[in-house]
Amino acid sequence: MTTTRPAPAPPRTAPDDHPAVRVRGLVRRYGGRAVVDGVDLDVRRGEVFALLGPNGAGKTTTIEVLEGVRRRDGGEVAVLGEDPGRAGRAWRDRVGVVAQSTGVGDALTVRETLDHFARYHGTAQDTGELVEAVGLTEAVGTRVSRLSGGQRRRLEVALGVQGRPELLFLDEPTTGMDPVARRQFWALVRGLRAGGTTVVLTTHYLDEAAALADRVGVLAAGRLVDVASPDELGAELRRTATVRWTEDGVPREVGTGEPAAVLRDLLAAHPAGEVPGLTVTRPGLEDVYLSLVGATPEEASR
Amino acid sequence: MTAVLTPAPTRPAPPPALTIGLARTALELRLFVRDPAQVVFSFAYPIVMLVIFASVFAGEDRPGGVPFAQYFLAGIAATGIMLTSFQAVGTALAEERERGDLARLQVIGTPPLGYFLGKAGQVLVTTVLQLAVLLTVAATAYDVPMPDGAGRWLTFAWVALGGALAGTVLGIAVASVGSSRAVGNGISAFAVVLQFFSGVFFVFSELPSWMQEVAAVFPLKWLVQGMRSVFLPDAAVAAEPAGSWEHGMIALVLAVWVVVGLAVCSRTFRWRRTA
Ligand SMILES: Nc1ncnc2c1ncn2[C@@H]1O[C@H](COP(=O)(O)OP(=O)(O)O)[C@@H](O)[C@H]1O
Ligand SMILES: [Mg+2]
Repeated sequence: MTTTRPAPAPPRTAPDDHPAVRVRGLVRRYGGRAVVDGVDLDVRRGEVFALLGPNGAGKTTTIEVLEGVRRRDGGEVAVLGEDPGRAGRAWRDRVGVVAQSTGVGDALTVRETLDHFARYHGTAQDTGELVEAVGLTEAVGTRVSRLSGGQRRRLEVALGVQGRPELLFLDEPTTGMDPVARRQFWALVRGLRAGGTTVVLTTHYLDEAAALADRVGVLAAGRLVDVASPDELGAELRRTATVRWTEDGVPREVGTGEPAAVLRDLLAAHPAGEVPGLTVTRPGLEDVYLSLVGATPEEASR
Repeated sequence: MTAVLTPAPTRPAPPPALTIGLARTALELRLFVRDPAQVVFSFAYPIVMLVIFASVFAGEDRPGGVPFAQYFLAGIAATGIMLTSFQAVGTALAEERERGDLARLQVIGTPPLGYFLGKAGQVLVTTVLQLAVLLTVAATAYDVPMPDGAGRWLTFAWVALGGALAGTVLGIAVASVGSSRAVGNGISAFAVVLQFFSGVFFVFSELPSWMQEVAAVFPLKWLVQGMRSVFLPDAAVAAEPAGSWEHGMIALVLAVWVVVGLAVCSRTFRWRRTA
């Protein structure tokens, strides 16, 4: 790459022999169709890993296999060293889950709900600290049925981290949150990471993956098409720059891996001065993502 | 957002199923009292039935000269137990599964046994309250004699306990067979038929023998029979098909339903409709 953008931050943790999650050849079929189709994945301890992909890509299926609540049809999976399909309660207590949709009951208040579920864990976060961390302090006395969608989601997050897990799964955690709640949630995830919790989250928001994740896995139609830090995502695609200029009033453009060479030729052809309308662009994260999942920007905006 | 959430540095083993069962009993009772429709239905149904039938058949005596209300109390007490156990548990569990409440319990790491114990605990408490109200109404409004002596009360206690536990286990089992709508409707229909077959509304010994045989497979018939042994005079035993109250057989059938049912449930129980 010839850009001057800062080098991506080095991974916090080196690839190791005991990753938090290790997946090889994961397959899940529905009615003969593989909705997860040979996924290989490693999540390092201490990192935030985002599974990014459009609706129907297989994110929930994948993450639910890792959580041990969905069967798989093939492949090897180890989560915290154990097969989630067989692991017992001690393993479960080390893993936190915020599912895409689960019931939290209606008739209890936030405090009653959290105080009740605190008793299921070997060790549980204090309810006061927990509601503070997720931003529900004002709502502790409110019945769950009267919470807003965003507050309910925060309660679900609180229940997911209540047992102080080593590894936290979040399936589309910010769907339904307003922008403020979303930012608060991002801060919460950063805090968890800083405290040493490994986080695996799914999202279809590119900005969320870019903002939170150490590494992003792009899932499209059940296949993992790229795994990289947000800055390095689609490195191949980014290598191609587009040089545009105007010649005799006609716009011209060239896609090239060596824009400097194109420029040299252009400048040589215009010894007298400026090249009209000259620009050199590289694809942004969004363009890269759309190409990876097989949608052109035009398609996606329709 | 100042509190720092960190993984637990040390992690004791999660609490045993019994501890969670107790916590869940408290929770289930709390949810029960916050659902007025359920409270009214559970407590009112047996009493309404008693009032209706005792009024309609006020003049009719049952075999051995037993007044109708007294005879019917045995059947309606058994029905009440089936209502607070089998029907309540089966319906609630199917709904909880559909709402995703059970999916949450699964990912939190709830042992199925702890969940079952919570249901059983709630059933026992609500059954005791319901029977207390029913017996009070029967004794005061219809002059039904209450069981005399510790022996009868003891029989009452173990028959009610066995019936409630068998009903709970059965409710857990049937809740797995379909959607909450299907389960709810199925349970209601099944319960009504079973009440007719088991001698709740009619004198059991006067039912066709094939009905008696079908009923003998299920706990309700034995529950009603046990309740007759509690509420009817000793002389009424002559009208029993077997010529005795068959206490041993009642205990055996209820115990088998509980034990076998529990074994089946622990294997077939699913937190989610699909996995
Ligand atoms: N229980 C199921 N039965 C049939 N098809 C399913 C089931 N669950 C998921 N699928 C299909 O699998 C694909 C991936 O679904 P999912 O993992 O939920 O995607 P995502 O979470 O990325 O939106 C979708 O096409 C979906 O229709
Ligand atoms: Mg999903």
